[in-house]
Amino acid sequence: MNLSRRELLTTFLGAPIALAACRNAPVKFPDGEIVGQSVSLGHIIREGRAFEVPADNWRSVKIGIIGGGVAGLSAAWKLRKLGVEDVVLLELEKEAGGTSISGNGQPVGYPWGAHYLPVPFRENLELIEVLDEMSLLDGRTNDGDLVVKEQFLCRDPEERVFYKGRWYDGLYLHAGESEDDKRQLAEFQKIVDTWVNWRDSRGRRAFVVPSINCSDDVEVIGLDKLSFAEWLRQNGFTSERLIWYCDYACRDDYGLKLEQTSAWAGLFYFCSRVRKSGGESQPFITFPEGNGKFVHHLAESVSDKILRSHMVVSVVPNEKGVDVICLADGQIRGFHCEKVIYASPVFTAPYVIRGFADDAPFAANEFQHNSWFVANLFLKDRPKPRFARDFPLAWDNVLYESPSLGYVNATHQKGIDYGPAIWTYYYPMCHEENGRTKLFNYTWRDLADVCMTDLARAHPDIYELTNRIDIMRWGHAMISPRPGFIWGEQRQKALEPFRNIHFAHTDLSGIALFEEAFYHGVSAATEINRQKHDR
Amino acid sequence: MRTPLLFLNVIIIATCGLIYELLAATVSSYVLGDSVTQFSFIIGVYLSAMGLGSYLSRFVEKRVAEKFIDIELAVAVIGGFSAPLLFLTFAYVSYFSIVLYTMVFAIGVLVGLEIPLLMRILKDELDFKELVSRVLALDYVGALVASLLFPIFLVPKLGLNRTSLLFGMLNAGVGLWATWLLAPLVSDRKLLFLRIKGSIVLVLLAIAMIKADRLTTLAEDGLFMDNIVYAKSSSYQRIVVTKGKTGHALFLNGNLQFNSFDEYRYHEALVHPAFAAHGGDAKRVLVLGGGDGLALREILKYRSVEKVQLVDLDPAMTGLPKAFPPLAELNHHSYDDPRVSVTNGDAFVWLDQTETEPFDIAIVDFPDPNNFALGKLYSTRFYTLLKKKLTPDAAVVIQCTSPLIARRSYWSIIKTLEAAGFSVKPYQTTVPSFGVWGYALAKTQPFDIPKHPVTGIDLKFLNDNSFASMFEFPTDMTMPDEEIEINRLDNQALVRYYETEWRRFE
Repeated sequence: MNLSRRELLTTFLGAPIALAACRNAPVKFPDGEIVGQSVSLGHIIREGRAFEVPADNWRSVKIGIIGGGVAGLSAAWKLRKLGVEDVVLLELEKEAGGTSISGNGQPVGYPWGAHYLPVPFRENLELIEVLDEMSLLDGRTNDGDLVVKEQFLCRDPEERVFYKGRWYDGLYLHAGESEDDKRQLAEFQKIVDTWVNWRDSRGRRAFVVPSINCSDDVEVIGLDKLSFAEWLRQNGFTSERLIWYCDYACRDDYGLKLEQTSAWAGLFYFCSRVRKSGGESQPFITFPEGNGKFVHHLAESVSDKILRSHMVVSVVPNEKGVDVICLADGQIRGFHCEKVIYASPVFTAPYVIRGFADDAPFAANEFQHNSWFVANLFLKDRPKPRFARDFPLAWDNVLYESPSLGYVNATHQKGIDYGPAIWTYYYPMCHEENGRTKLFNYTWRDLADVCMTDLARAHPDIYELTNRIDIMRWGHAMISPRPGFIWGEQRQKALEPFRNIHFAHTDLSGIALFEEAFYHGVSAATEINRQKHDR
Repeated sequence: MRTPLLFLNVIIIATCGLIYELLAATVSSYVLGDSVTQFSFIIGVYLSAMGLGSYLSRFVEKRVAEKFIDIELAVAVIGGFSAPLLFLTFAYVSYFSIVLYTMVFAIGVLVGLEIPLLMRILKDELDFKELVSRVLALDYVGALVASLLFPIFLVPKLGLNRTSLLFGMLNAGVGLWATWLLAPLVSDRKLLFLRIKGSIVLVLLAIAMIKADRLTTLAEDGLFMDNIVYAKSSSYQRIVVTKGKTGHALFLNGNLQFNSFDEYRYHEALVHPAFAAHGGDAKRVLVLGGGDGLALREILKYRSVEKVQLVDLDPAMTGLPKAFPPLAELNHHSYDDPRVSVTNGDAFVWLDQTETEPFDIAIVDFPDPNNFALGKLYSTRFYTLLKKKLTPDAAVVIQCTSPLIARRSYWSIIKTLEAAGFSVKPYQTTVPSFGVWGYALAKTQPFDIPKHPVTGIDLKFLNDNSFASMFEFPTDMTMPDEEIEINRLDNQALVRYYETEWRRFE
């Protein structure tokens, strides 16, 4: 077909206008890199090499804490409260904080992992002490419930969900729901309410934070035997949006799909933060940098105890106590400890603790972790809403038709509503077989592509607006509460100390929560201190 | 060839032609004002261009059918995109009239070509007498259809952009359809080419139609009563100034901010009660919002004032008096006063992050809380931050929307101020272009309602009697019996009240 110049011109007269109307083509790809975690470093311990500590490099200390995540920091914090000062905390990374670490940015900091804490119940005294120290509280109500300062409670609008091209208020998708959907949601909420009200013969709740206070009544722990998906089926729930809502909850809190999550854990999510039936879930305390604020505070309060970039390679229990050997600055150092608080993921125990594998007190390999990647996007400006009536940018922004968890806007809590923003995008690898291996085989560009194409469905202009996208891979992000794990015997056994080694980690609860890690850190510290006085 | 179907085309062509003319005239009178002039000029240019088109038709000698289809498609593109393009042009370029008349002229010429060419195609099928009578009669029928449809159905139901794109698609449809009707007159190779072209045009228009939502929000956010004399889209909002019989009016995102004929009532009521309540010689004044500089004009009447700090989000707003001199005249060139300093930023962030000496007076004049970003500027947190910036005997005034139209919203603001630890005296006045309007006078300590404005200040509206009466509330505006929520950052109760209350009037 021969096109004359004139024909060509007339044919494409409309093209520039149409192009202006739909600028969907990616114009550029932002810069960025993989940041964080010393993966290769961590894997050295698996090689089981022998480490000889030079005589000058030994130090004696009463208590050694291994791992500076929330549990380890909480243990150190509590020991200081108890007046125990001869403590050292050994942290593998350059910064303490575990999965609650954060980054410094402009105009605000941003999280790399956990990013909120539901306001604790008034009974959770030790956690409240931390909030008091951080001056987050205005006081108490007449009933004794906490009054958190307004600027630290998640600012409204909290959540929105993107579905078929539009944003809607809230997390549960109400738009277009049928009568049956409504009925099923009401029915589901009724069951949640029943469990919120439920008490066993000793007056314990079925689901409460910290989970150590949950009832072990057979009626409740029976729920741990089946998956949440199965439980929903057995209770006649078929509503697609309700199932999505529950699946989202599992992915959000546990990094697992509905079918992979224990029904006990699923209901725990919905019931454990509601004080009274029909009541609202406890509001969220949050900061631009997420839970980085908490770990920063804890780390500050015990900063003189923390040794960073200290990789513990061997923990040797003996008659006098426990020897801890680590690599730091290319040297091998050793600590003669009376007691050790092992605040690292439980699965590492057989690789690190000498003699553990020979006479294993529990099966550490049952403590399975799932993996995630977290991306921080540095935007020069916010995307323009596509429809005048679209629900505006919220704190948590969820995409209904996506395997990701969506993104959290770090500037939201500071009331910064215009100009540059930082978005934290969360992606659990639960949809993949061998998620961890795949995660570490992907390059920065692969992962950035996953994130950008996902977000571009809701924000076609995201490529133009993103200056930079940094990504952190979490190979062992969270303990997986698969059916049978939480109320299985391996977890129960791990609560007991192994010789002079006390375990303290959120893994011991079977669910990865700040409050659980804090509880285990504090109770290990308390227990060690009690033993000392008993002697 | 199917002659009767070609006559149907005549009606469609004629309808489309008139629609484009009406669209151009409507858009231009909508954005430029003075509809008589606009309609008159557009009709004149359009008809003369049609004449030129008819004349030019003689130069089309060969392949008439093919040319006819080409012209149809060209009309479809230019006419179809005319309204969105005109709106965008107006928003983003300064030479709007040139684009407007070029476009009208081009459409006119092309439409002028259509009928003569079609008549020549049909001339072999019918008597000349028959042909002329039928074609011209149908041409005028099409015009009637268009002129009735346009105001009754198209503008109210579809809006200008969609109408434009819809008729572009009709035009393109006629062109495409003609490739079948006139198939015997066109070579096969050309036929295929024309069909591809036609389909492309149709698809482009369809895409634009789907995306029309965005074009519409860009262009038609509010239908203004008066002529637009200034319009600018900043990063934060659409600023429009209109001029009518009563004077200038400023709109932000389609919401009226003031009308020059009665704004003195609003601004006197906003500023002077604060000075009356302060009692002493107020030296330092903080203005949050109020980028039009009209509150500044009132503040600067006080000799005691040494420093006024104004914080407004939008540089386009604080720059408006420069860009649009009639506003500078209205605010008595208040920005030129050396006592005034301007900061562009979000007042919430500014209060949170800026260290300043305390202020004696604060005037808080934000747009109504119709979204979450504005709602935070009426929260307990915001007022707590504000309190920290005040001297112990400072006085604050806050504009609080209408207690008549949005009664719960109004009292929610009052309760929020009280929750933040202010002692509050609610008051209201009438500003004809707004209706009954509400304010809050607040101090950090308990105080009595001031009896009269400060003496010796030149006022057009307030006197001792009207001043005192502002603090009285008629029954239909008093605090409702129901429980009114306090507006906190974590509930944004006010935004929800406001939306339900004002939505009744949309």
